[in-house]
Amino acid sequence: MTAAALAAVAQTLLVAAGAPLLVGLLRTLKARLAGRRGPNPWQPYFDLAKLLRKETVVSETTSWVFGVTPYVLAATMLVAAAVVPVIVTRPALAFAGNVVLLMYLFMLGTFFLALAGLDSGSAFGGMGSSRGIAVAALAEPTIMLAVFALAIRTGTINLGGVAERIGSDPVLAAHPGHLLAFLAFFIVMVAENGRLPVDNPATHLELTMIHEAMVLEYSGHYLALVEWAGAMKLFLFLTLLANLFFPWWIPSDVAALPMLLGALALAGKLVLLAAALAVIETVVAKLRLFRVPELLAGSFALAVLSVASVVLLK
Amino acid sequence: MSTLAGSVGAVIGLGAAGLGLAGLLGHQWTVRNAWLVPLTGLELRMDPIAGFFLLLVGAAAFPASLYALDHHRGERRGDGAYLVFLLAMGVVPLAANAPTFLLAWELMALASYALVLHDHRQPEVVRAAWIYAVMTHAGLASLLAGMLFMSASTGSLRFADWHAAGPGLDGTTRSLAWLLLTIGFASKAGVVPLHVWLPIAHPAAPSHVSALMSGVMIKLGIYGLLRVGLEWLGPGPAWWGVALLLAGTVSALKGVLYALVERDLKRLLAFSSIENVGIVLIGVGAGMVFHASGLEFLAVFAVAAGLYHTANHAAFKALLFLGAGAVTHALGTRDMEAMGGLIKRMPWTAAAFLVGAVAIAALPPLNGFVSEWLTLLALLQAAQIPRLELSLVFALAIAGLALTSGLAVACFVRAFGITFLALPRSAAAAGAHEAGRATRAALALLALACVALGLGPTVVLPVLGGAAASLVGLPAPVLVEWPLTLTVAGDFASLSVPVIALGLGLGLLLPLLALRLVGAPRGRRFAATWGCGRLLQTARMEYNATSFAGPYKRIFDFVYRPRKRLEIEFHPESRFFVRRMSYENLPRGLAEEWLYVPVVRALQHASARMRRLQSGSSNLYLIYVLAALLILLVLA
Amino acid sequence: MIRQLSVGLRAGVVTEPPAGDPALEAIGAQLGAEVHRRFGRSLHIRQVDAGSCNGCELEIGGLTGPHYDLERFGLHFVASPRHADCLLVTGPVTLNMAEALRRTWEATPDPKIVIAAGDCGRDGGIFRGSYAVVGGVAAVVPVDGIIPGCPPSPKALLAGLLDAIGRRR
Repeated sequence: MTAAALAAVAQTLLVAAGAPLLVGLLRTLKARLAGRRGPNPWQPYFDLAKLLRKETVVSETTSWVFGVTPYVLAATMLVAAAVVPVIVTRPALAFAGNVVLLMYLFMLGTFFLALAGLDSGSAFGGMGSSRGIAVAALAEPTIMLAVFALAIRTGTINLGGVAERIGSDPVLAAHPGHLLAFLAFFIVMVAENGRLPVDNPATHLELTMIHEAMVLEYSGHYLALVEWAGAMKLFLFLTLLANLFFPWWIPSDVAALPMLLGALALAGKLVLLAAALAVIETVVAKLRLFRVPELLAGSFALAVLSVASVVLLK
Repeated sequence: MSTLAGSVGAVIGLGAAGLGLAGLLGHQWTVRNAWLVPLTGLELRMDPIAGFFLLLVGAAAFPASLYALDHHRGERRGDGAYLVFLLAMGVVPLAANAPTFLLAWELMALASYALVLHDHRQPEVVRAAWIYAVMTHAGLASLLAGMLFMSASTGSLRFADWHAAGPGLDGTTRSLAWLLLTIGFASKAGVVPLHVWLPIAHPAAPSHVSALMSGVMIKLGIYGLLRVGLEWLGPGPAWWGVALLLAGTVSALKGVLYALVERDLKRLLAFSSIENVGIVLIGVGAGMVFHASGLEFLAVFAVAAGLYHTANHAAFKALLFLGAGAVTHALGTRDMEAMGGLIKRMPWTAAAFLVGAVAIAALPPLNGFVSEWLTLLALLQAAQIPRLELSLVFALAIAGLALTSGLAVACFVRAFGITFLALPRSAAAAGAHEAGRATRAALALLALACVALGLGPTVVLPVLGGAAASLVGLPAPVLVEWPLTLTVAGDFASLSVPVIALGLGLGLLLPLLALRLVGAPRGRRFAATWGCGRLLQTARMEYNATSFAGPYKRIFDFVYRPRKRLEIEFHPESRFFVRRMSYENLPRGLAEEWLYVPVVRALQHASARMRRLQSGSSNLYLIYVLAALLILLVLA
Repeated sequence: MIRQLSVGLRAGVVTEPPAGDPALEAIGAQLGAEVHRRFGRSLHIRQVDAGSCNGCELEIGGLTGPHYDLERFGLHFVASPRHADCLLVTGPVTLNMAEALRRTWEATPDPKIVIAAGDCGRDGGIFRGSYAVVGGVAAVVPVDGIIPGCPPSPKALLAGLLDAIGRRR
């Protein structure tokens, strides 16, 4: 019991502490692909530390919703970190949630972030909210159909259950439906985390912003929390891609050495996924805003194909 | 509303809620009276399902009556209609034979018509009440036809007799009866395409009446659909469930899409009611399909999910309507373009509305999330149905439900954000005052109900499962194993809302503590919103309801097919100067254009042709009478 | 797409090491150890164009390219002054932009530094004394460092910025 609790704490700490490193690694990889030396992979930690020592400026137009949002974002990510199979298939809080809960937890964060964008009363914030929620809403059907495809094949939507079933029977992963669901989920990951081609996280042009526009008013420790929550969201999405679709070398028992090996395996998978994401972000240009629904419709088509192939090839 | 009527309403509400809760938990009874109702006499029967809906009536009537005490203070108009409305709504689920049911149903419709007409000096209110009256009586006609057909086929007007004789009837009879009764109940529930009256009537009524109509009255349509589909006619073929499933998916999508682009706050909530009725129907339809496929546990589970959403919707929709009522009362308008900044002027209303918005957007850990999760879970079990095409229909429903819930989040970000946040967009909004004490009490109660229903699914779901099982005639299934966790079908899925809520609470506190430990600066400096160095920050620069809905209007333009009109008035002396520009971008309703306008036009055309019969000549009328007499003699 | 990727990979990293410039070391001396401690590893810069001819902006834009790459030092351009630690102001500060510059400065959270880039930022440059110009950034907001030049080359800009945060010791 206490071992499970310790493992849960360790897992949450790993996600909380490791997420900025993942984002830093991604930035460095993208820079190298562009021929630049690029920032230090540990740069996000320096940024966060500096932000914690800055003054927090809050707009007079805003209300308590603005101040509560960074904490809500952090809270949803921390709870999600305790539910996702990161270093063990069934972390302590795994009984409390499943894939559907996870997606709705992320939506809770997006809901409050959109409200915070509207709260400041600036046109940029409203624009970011309107677009950000539209993209998140359009990604939902794809996620649910991908979950459906997984559920038909593994007989469960509990994250640990899916990981265990595919992990114990690798042949299950060689199915075309599985790979199609992976591709669909990859596109959803790009959309939900505001990466190219849906949204450029490094843009300065407000008219091209989706996620950034909602956080333009944040500063100081609020900004630190928002950036950290964003990093954790990317970490968790990549972990889901890695540990739901390719769940090998994740230990089932809560012991120190297997979990350490599980963490190393996860690190390897995350590096591969981050490299793939970096390559995609380098070669693809950002889509015009009203082409994004077409991309999401494409991912929906992939999910439909995945379900169809799973049902027909049973 | 006079204080007496409001208090009586509140007491009726409490009484009904208590009675309903007792019935839901298994306390059954029957009441008979030979002379109150013509033909068969009054017959009331309490069973778990009736108890559930009576509980909903009472639990919604209490806060609505509290709200009414604060508004329309001292006016006596509408008192009687309100009390008749509450009593009629309470009798409908208890009615055990057709005349009692129809009498109560019609009283409910007439009372609500009178209540919608509260503001009878305004022409659009009169028009709204008229459309409502026509639609509800069209539904009544279909119900009458169905019930009379059933009594002709089974020889009795009592529902218990129908339940006994149902399996014995042949397929066509049952399907015809089902179709007629379903159309009647679906029009009351506001299922697409019979929903057109909802967004017109609900905004026109006073807010406590809207809360009751949206929260409870349309649920009585669901009550009827449950009785017809699962009890009175016995187990039906799978296509009944598929029809409800598809109708529910279409309703859900259409409701949320039109709510997204609506600028009248109460009309937005009315469209959202259509969406939520669609979600309930998805659960009920899935249950009926499982029932037809012989998967009894899943059938009970799916119907229980539908019932859970019914209860949740009653709670958060009543909350949202009462909150919207407080806002419209304070501002004098329902137009969201005139609102804004109300969170600082009406903090309690805003907080309650936020709870309602988070709940209706199906976000954890509140109640909307639990019932949508359960409905989704029921749909995800489609793999167990042996027939392939049904699995694909379920996949369609899953995709539809997911898209609906995503768009509902967007809709309520807009509804809460534009109404309450940022700067006021009009002088009325700047001068708004907080709602009265009774209203705030009602809002707080409903918000608490949302939280309780969200944290307590392990308590609520078994009770609803028992009700659903009694409807189908099965023993209550074991749905919950752990005290705090819901487990579905073994290892298929598990959810523990209290643990998640606790986790979220801890997650809110831990960063706070960590920041204190690290020594981050505690104070905040207040400054103007960053506007690129611009000199003015006015409400004209904010996003408003129309602009927020812009992306959706473009993405879904094949649904809205908007009518765009641009009028430019140039200066008479030179086309280089523009005097006035007017731009209109209005969504068009699909059902209105493809169904209602042609039908109404055909009716008018036919009536115009038939008017020729009324020639005014008494000789011709005598010939008509003679001809009718001859025909009847021949037929007899 | 593949061609772009292969060109990028074959070219490799082309970033040049930063060159020294003794004349610019003075900025670091002005700012002191405190700024070095706070911003030594991470400085977020918001560039403000206060009426510049955009010559300086072109040079500043070059800083984000592969040859000068300011990101390797922890410097990063941001869109909102609320996210910024440093305002990099160009231009002689025209009358129309004076209030906007002041509001940008107020929107930036403390601690912050202001660096004026180019001769125009120092004292108005070739527009000094004009009726449309306030005359240098220091006339509107307190300036912590000046990078002279018309326009200053990316090397000079980089040297000045690095010196401001004490990274070139």
